[in-house]
Amino acid sequence: MTKNIMIVGVGGQGTLLTSRIIGKAALAEGCDVKISEVHGMAQRGGSVVTFVRFGEAVSEPVVEEGQADVVIAFERLEALRYAHFLKKDGVLIVNDCRIDPMTVVIGAKEYPENILDDLKKDHAVYAIDGQKIALELGNSKVLNSVVLGFAAAFIGFDKQVWLDTVADTVPQKTIEINQKAFTLGYETNR
Amino acid sequence: MSKKTMMLGNEAIARGAFEAGVKLSSAYPGTPSTEISEYLAKYEEVYTEWAPNEKVAAEVAIGASISGVRSMACMKHVGLNVAADPLYTFAYTGVGGGSVFVVADDPGLASSQNEQDTRMIARAAHVPVLEPSDSGEAKEFVKFAYELSERYDTPVILRTTTKLAHSQSAVELCERVEVEDKEYTRSPQKYVMMPASAIGRHLVVEDRELRMAKDAASFPVNKVEMGDKAIGFITCGIAYQYVKEVCPNASILKLGLVNPLSREMIEDFINQVETVYVFEELEPVIEEQVRAWGFEVKGKECFTKQGEYSANLLRRVLYGKDEAVFDKAEAPARPPILCPGCPHRSVFSVLNKLKIHASGDIGCYTLGAVAPLGVIDTTICMGASISALHGMEKAKGKEYIKNWVAVIGDSTFLHTGINSLVNMVYNKSTATVMILDNRTTGMTGHQEHAATGKTLKGEDTYAIDLAALCRAIGVPNVIEVNAFDVKELERIVRESVNGDTLTVIIAKAPCALLKGQKFPNKCVINTETCKKCGLCLKIGCPAITKTADGMRIDPTMCNGCGLCQNYCKFNAIETVEK
Repeated sequence: MTKNIMIVGVGGQGTLLTSRIIGKAALAEGCDVKISEVHGMAQRGGSVVTFVRFGEAVSEPVVEEGQADVVIAFERLEALRYAHFLKKDGVLIVNDCRIDPMTVVIGAKEYPENILDDLKKDHAVYAIDGQKIALELGNSKVLNSVVLGFAAAFIGFDKQVWLDTVADTVPQKTIEINQKAFTLGYETNR
Repeated sequence: MSKKTMMLGNEAIARGAFEAGVKLSSAYPGTPSTEISEYLAKYEEVYTEWAPNEKVAAEVAIGASISGVRSMACMKHVGLNVAADPLYTFAYTGVGGGSVFVVADDPGLASSQNEQDTRMIARAAHVPVLEPSDSGEAKEFVKFAYELSERYDTPVILRTTTKLAHSQSAVELCERVEVEDKEYTRSPQKYVMMPASAIGRHLVVEDRELRMAKDAASFPVNKVEMGDKAIGFITCGIAYQYVKEVCPNASILKLGLVNPLSREMIEDFINQVETVYVFEELEPVIEEQVRAWGFEVKGKECFTKQGEYSANLLRRVLYGKDEAVFDKAEAPARPPILCPGCPHRSVFSVLNKLKIHASGDIGCYTLGAVAPLGVIDTTICMGASISALHGMEKAKGKEYIKNWVAVIGDSTFLHTGINSLVNMVYNKSTATVMILDNRTTGMTGHQEHAATGKTLKGEDTYAIDLAALCRAIGVPNVIEVNAFDVKELERIVRESVNGDTLTVIIAKAPCALLKGQKFPNKCVINTETCKKCGLCLKIGCPAITKTADGMRIDPTMCNGCGLCQNYCKFNAIETVEK
């Protein structure tokens, strides 16, 4: 069976790197893999979506509505926006933070209250404050490794495969801190 | 020994060019084609460059081909419009060394000003088109494109779309095969396209297209996958993947050569299959030809011409429902925005304050059209900001444009804005043109250009001085100003829109995302002096938000440009060291 992972967030949060790490880990596990990325205008602080699909043989590179086994949302509003991509028994991972879109900043729209509680009515939701853990490690940029570590248990693969793939993907100088971040996310209670 | 590795479609195209022995590539950045050149630049064996625009890139590739080497030009769909002039005649001359134009269409408009189908231009120009459906095919199709180009003496277009260009899948690597340069012999009948010779070449083009259409049944890029004969699909490119996803057992005619079409294969397929759908993104290019031959197929009456296709779209048409389980929730939109510390925001905040309309152009600054800045009134195509403003002045007179300026980025100015400015000088414009000089091609992901002093390969080179260039073509008033100096900007803009000489204002400050571009401080709200008036929100900086306790500047987002300080009437925004 093909496993469908969807990563959503706000442009600049490192969602692209996260999808590449998941894809590489799946490849290391011997799967056929397809990743779909977003480049260009949408990256500029907009709502950003990437997809990773892996299994025996994968055709299309995107995950569609009703197909996601796991949605990893780097922000609450983005979790709300894309939760309908989940399968009936899919899992929603949420980095519990709020980034106001410009429509909210200028007062044209309200940022919805109680997003997580609402989502829990329909979905299995697991939340983590990734930013807090990243800042405790002294680098807000490792947020994506924390969230990935937290999500990894729902995707599968050996912990060591993940750590090796992180090392293989992030810049040389940041391997240690990213692996630490991944482990902290991995060990956080769900 | 071959090795499998994950590659972006664009990276695979670059790899294919490398393996095919390509020696030269020229391009102008454009989403979703940009990364092809960036990956290709990593191969020492290939000369790669950024050209100022796609027409130049195409002509560079044509020259290289005539000299006998395999050459490539890369562009997005709208770039091919700019390069259409050389393309149409290149089809007549044919090639020396093989030549391929890679053209990336953007169905769904991820990052474009329109949706158009390159196959339509290719048909009009009588140029063959290959379309792959994953990264592995992309690499192999590039190599086949060079074979076709040389065998049939024609330029070939490799068409991609956003999903293909920006998806990763497995690719098997091969060695580069060096190709011997074709010998150049002078042949005015082939390469000098004046009427006497071009008449003859037109016949060559017609004959070539017929021959290729006939031979196409034997091309390895066209494949029949016979399955259930009750339902079949004629499809190409990424759309093939959606068919495989939804109907793995259906019969499929997968066309790799999408212009010209193999009538033999299509006819044979239709005769064997009961109901045939033509499943192609954007225009009904295959469908209309098949119908013109008198065959019954289903096509655009079922599937849209707009946007990207999907497996769910196909499911809805075939089965009346897709796989969605949950309803889509209401969520406030999150459109793309100018980054924190973006110099364009500073310029737009001044234009907004002065209630000036901007004739806009293509780049990040197009985002100045949306709230809260809302200063860009028009965006048509590369370079149009300047010429459109000129049209307004000549149509309605100076009074009409006293609250108008043109805004254009540095890279876009060098692309085609310069021609429009020449026109303004020549035809005695009194307009104000603002070049937003952020030292890079920003929107496409920070590519060098002719005014940055670096080549695509990262080597030092001459940097065109934009102010000197404007003066040299005769602009009487050229002013350079720091884009973050809002007081000075305001004074200059006010003066020039009311003046009666053509003025170019070059607002300079590097893109906030450029490496090494850092402000020493960051901004914080002094909660004691903040009156919560919300004026700072009017510049539309994503780092500033309103919370229950008043204004807040997100410390991880703020990069300390200090623009907000200019708009706080109570000096409640302070700077602290990072």
